[in-house]
Amino acid sequence: MAELRTEEMLLNVGPQHPSTHGVLRVVIKLDGEIIREATPVIGYLHRGTEKLSEDLQYQQIIPYFDRLDYISAMLNNHAIVNAVEKAMDIEIPERAEYLRVIVGELNRTAAHLLFVGAYLLDLGAMSPFLYVFMTRERIIELLNEISGARLTYNYMRVGGVKYDAPPGWFAKIREFIPYFKEMYQLFDDLITGNEIFISRVKGIGSYGQEEAINYGLSGIPLRSTGFKWDLRKNKSYSVYDRFDFEIPVGTNGDNYDRYYLHLLEMEQSMRIVEQAIDSIPEGPVMGKAPKILRIPAGEYYAAVEGAKGELGVYIVSDGKDKPYRMKIRRPSFVNLQIIPSLLKDQNIADFIAILGSIDIVLGEVDA
Amino acid sequence: MFEWLNQPFTPMTVLGMVIGGVIVLSVILLVVAYSIYAQRKILAAMHLRIGPNRVGPFGLFQSFADILKLLLKEDIVPAKADKAMFLIGPMITYVPSFMVLAVIPYTATHLFTAELNVGVLYYIALSSISVIGVVLGAWASNNKYSIIGGLRSAAQLISYEIPLALSILGVILMAGSMNIVEIVEAQKNMWFIVPQIIGFSVFIIAAMAELSRVPFDLPEAESELVAGYSTEYSGFRFAFYMLAEYVYITAMGGLAAALYLGGWEGPLLPGWAWYGIKAGLFIFLTFWLQGTFPRIRNTLLMTFSWKVLIPISILNIILTAIIKIAVA
Repeated sequence: MAELRTEEMLLNVGPQHPSTHGVLRVVIKLDGEIIREATPVIGYLHRGTEKLSEDLQYQQIIPYFDRLDYISAMLNNHAIVNAVEKAMDIEIPERAEYLRVIVGELNRTAAHLLFVGAYLLDLGAMSPFLYVFMTRERIIELLNEISGARLTYNYMRVGGVKYDAPPGWFAKIREFIPYFKEMYQLFDDLITGNEIFISRVKGIGSYGQEEAINYGLSGIPLRSTGFKWDLRKNKSYSVYDRFDFEIPVGTNGDNYDRYYLHLLEMEQSMRIVEQAIDSIPEGPVMGKAPKILRIPAGEYYAAVEGAKGELGVYIVSDGKDKPYRMKIRRPSFVNLQIIPSLLKDQNIADFIAILGSIDIVLGEVDA
Repeated sequence: MFEWLNQPFTPMTVLGMVIGGVIVLSVILLVVAYSIYAQRKILAAMHLRIGPNRVGPFGLFQSFADILKLLLKEDIVPAKADKAMFLIGPMITYVPSFMVLAVIPYTATHLFTAELNVGVLYYIALSSISVIGVVLGAWASNNKYSIIGGLRSAAQLISYEIPLALSILGVILMAGSMNIVEIVEAQKNMWFIVPQIIGFSVFIIAAMAELSRVPFDLPEAESELVAGYSTEYSGFRFAFYMLAEYVYITAMGGLAAALYLGGWEGPLLPGWAWYGIKAGLFIFLTFWLQGTFPRIRNTLLMTFSWKVLIPISILNIILTAIIKIAVA
């Protein structure tokens, strides 16, 4: 038989593709259905947050952080206020710290829930998405009640939080937790127990611990390789050291581990919330912070454990009320870097499964 | 029973045939329109949603509104498409989907049903023509997603036609006929689902793959291939692809009811009602699976057909033959 002439096909995926989770564009070279090269092209959602911050006072920067990883805005809030407070040595009231932890962990749960739904949607199952949204809606309602917004909360301030919990709010969380556990069990049974799902995620898109560290991965993409690294434990901030919780880790660093860690982390987040609402002290929620915040000249870095990984804020100050330069370490952006090497020589059917499992949010990638 | 087919060609008999054909077509279109509606409502219920509820009471006219909208839309042909093939692709898929209905026996009286003595073969042969329209349309679109979708579709439909045909072979062995009406009549005492349970399982799985339904909806995997082979299609050409898909679901439901569930047989209710219930069960199954499963991996898809389904269906044929000889 004569040799068939074949050539590589250049396929442009995105920025308007149903499952690139926003406006990611990936240019892939296909040899049949095998990906030979994949190049992410980013910047379609770039708003220049870092540059804009140079013209803003520190309190004014907070709403811009809401719009980075817009599905876990509370954690982003925490990142910026934590960085400024560390730089200025501001003490904040106990109650505010507890509230930050509670809303942060609720928001982390919401973000992970969204991941589970969107990931299953990527893999062709539509129903989980809607069930997940039903559960997430309860969390969004809770956060709405305390902050007045459903998605971009702008809740935390340097020196505390804006509002105290409204009456009956903790009772509502207590009601929510058993409901969440029930739904959690449902997801675990129906999704993790699904043979077709397992065949699409087990052993696919795996990488080793060393590779993960070399790429600077953090959060679940790093923990899925078995490396136990969570800033809430390893470089504890806020009041996380007072709670008893586990850091679940995976073993193979494959899609399955990354998916399952999201589930397990939700459970741990709920554990933290449970403990926090039981032990929250009374008191003010806003401490004594100067009206105009001036960070002493110097360079500062502080990070929190965001929903996607280490969310760090690096501030260079020249002593004015605005940062001279600000750099945000966006975990989605860093985690995205492993995509080209991960997609190489994979089947195109696994493309979405791998891309989805890294769990990027384009608002954070492009900042 | 088919006297009207043997009548001489006079204007009256031709008129009669045309009217008969139009009646069958409209009934099928009605069934298809409401199976789309049913799909949306059932899926909505499974998704904790409400589903269509704007057009008419409980959204009952939603499908008609959708079809009308698609018919009225501009017929866009991409600039770099192969125009002739692009235009003809949906027709090639659509026409056989209606032609297979000719051998589906709705009632014991066989109104408007051709009692072909090779009915099953006719069904399988015609339904495999449709894949040509899919590949043609995909190729002519000059769109990379379409090509991947079309080739996947071709690979999948060809791979799953074999287990489908082999599983039906067990039924043909049992009934001793390829005539669907005779197959139904052979089930007077016992539905073939009982002795042919292995064949039935293979049939259901292969049928889902043939229809490109979840979990075998790879050809139009919207999260990967946007819309697969129909990415570039709009307006009534897209509607033809969609209609063909749903007509096939209805037809496959009819085939399943005739081959395994005793066709129109059943107490109390008239034959067509029983037929509708049995075919409806199959159609409901497709919607149920859609609400339940994620999409299967495409490498697994091929492995599953060639290494699992085909051996099982061959085993089923051998078992059926042995049992038949032993009983006789």
